[in-house]
Amino acid sequence: MRLSRDKNSFKISVGPVHPALKEPIQLNCLIAGEKIKSVDFELSQAHRGIEWIATRRNPIQILYLAERICGICNICHTISFCTAVEKIAGIEVPARAQYVRTMGAELERIHSHLLWAGVAAHELGFDSAMHYTWKAREKVLDVIELLSGNRITKGIPTIGGVRRDFEEKNHAKIIEAVEYYRSVFGKLKAIFLDDPVIKSRTKDIGVLTKKDALTLCAVGPTARASGIARDVRQDEPYAAYPDFGLKAITPDQLTGEIKGDVFDRIVVRLLEVAQSADILEFCVKNMPGGKIVYEEKPIKLLAQLKGVHGEATGRLEAPRGEVFHYVKLVGEESPYSWKVKPPTYSNLLPWIPMLEGEQVADIPIIAASIDPCMSCCNRAVVAENNENVLNHDMLHRLSVEKTENIRGQLA
Amino acid sequence: MGISNLNRSLWVFHVNTGSCNGCDIEIVAALMPRYDIERFGMKLVGSPRHADVLLVTGPVTMDMSAKLKRVYEQTPDPKVVIAVGNCGATGGVFYESYCLDGPIDNIIPVDVYVRGCPPRPEAIINGVVKAWAKLEKKEAGK
Repeated sequence: MRLSRDKNSFKISVGPVHPALKEPIQLNCLIAGEKIKSVDFELSQAHRGIEWIATRRNPIQILYLAERICGICNICHTISFCTAVEKIAGIEVPARAQYVRTMGAELERIHSHLLWAGVAAHELGFDSAMHYTWKAREKVLDVIELLSGNRITKGIPTIGGVRRDFEEKNHAKIIEAVEYYRSVFGKLKAIFLDDPVIKSRTKDIGVLTKKDALTLCAVGPTARASGIARDVRQDEPYAAYPDFGLKAITPDQLTGEIKGDVFDRIVVRLLEVAQSADILEFCVKNMPGGKIVYEEKPIKLLAQLKGVHGEATGRLEAPRGEVFHYVKLVGEESPYSWKVKPPTYSNLLPWIPMLEGEQVADIPIIAASIDPCMSCCNRAVVAENNENVLNHDMLHRLSVEKTENIRGQLA
Repeated sequence: MGISNLNRSLWVFHVNTGSCNGCDIEIVAALMPRYDIERFGMKLVGSPRHADVLLVTGPVTMDMSAKLKRVYEQTPDPKVVIAVGNCGATGGVFYESYCLDGPIDNIIPVDVYVRGCPPRPEAIINGVVKAWAKLEKKEAGK
């Protein structure tokens, strides 16, 4: 898609290296005055060829690769990959491991949503609110560090279970964090939902209608803020969610109306933090005993996986929406194919109806409102064989050729 | 390490060259109240032309390598480059990928490597302290 310019419009490019963007992506906006007329974006800056690398590694090694698709929602990618492989091999995951996975995912959701709230506050110019939310976020990082040994990447799930138990002696710390988040929830709500300036910057800004959200296949909090009560944890419960009986969160549960604007996306994410705290408490109280992994010895597990053929999918609800993994094993050491469909992939197109008609100054908060994650999203590079597009190297080569030609003519 | 006579605070520009976000959120965490390196006057700035320090994360994808070079050239001398994270230093888990130009020292000279996947904010602060000492030496030799 190329933006077509006319006399009254002007094209501005935001990115790929830009202070408002934490990750490389290029947004091209066609503007007339302060109004955005149309939007286009260019991806592939963060493409690292992960799916191809996976075809040269064994499933246990891929766990660590899957974890590094995205640093923020890392456990979701690993669980998704494990689920797909477990389906192919017919491995049953012990109940305790399912609870550990659920708790890992919910701890991650709290950290991701608070991180997002801070970034959103920063984009609006409320740096004190950003500092407050990031300070609150350190609590969950401490718990994650206590349970897994690292603040960000966890290395918890493995095929057929989890590598490390969330032992009973640590449960008090989890409950302490749950209580802490319940106590700061009121203040977060006051900062983000009752402040008149934040309200006026986010209400009726970046509206995504329910129809657009359905047409463009939005997922996660972006879709739920537009009134689509869709959540993988509710629709196809996995791990410990069937026991909890989760209900998808829509903004009308708090505000009584659904507009699909940036404000509604803040509401959904804040309510999900409270919901995650409830799930964590439920898991701690109802955690079953027993084994945590189907096969403790990775060598034996790999030998078993080497003998299986088939294909399967794994899907789950990451903080940003539905993560979908497809794996095909053909009886070799490495998988034949591995495909990842992260939530941001579905949530990028809704950017276009959200941004069109808004002001240039609203680009940062609207772009941030879907919680974009480029490292998740960049699964492919498009090598466009278009002679009209000249990159720096090609231009330089052309210039050198011309100099050489002229030199030849003058000699 | 003598940190004494640099007559300004360090301003930092952050370039993400295809990282997984793990290092990037730890860099931001280092600026936030728990670790708070802003108390030393360090802050993230919006343009490489204002920066003394380049914090580079990620294994440098082909798409980003020319842009990284441009950012480096836009940063005024004397400057120091800190490579944050394993993939910036060696390629990390992505080392064999077909679309990497990195690690970072293939594209631009690196002064300090902060290892870890992702490194803790304390490690990043330690890296900045080392970079500060290097910058002082460069400033003295100017």
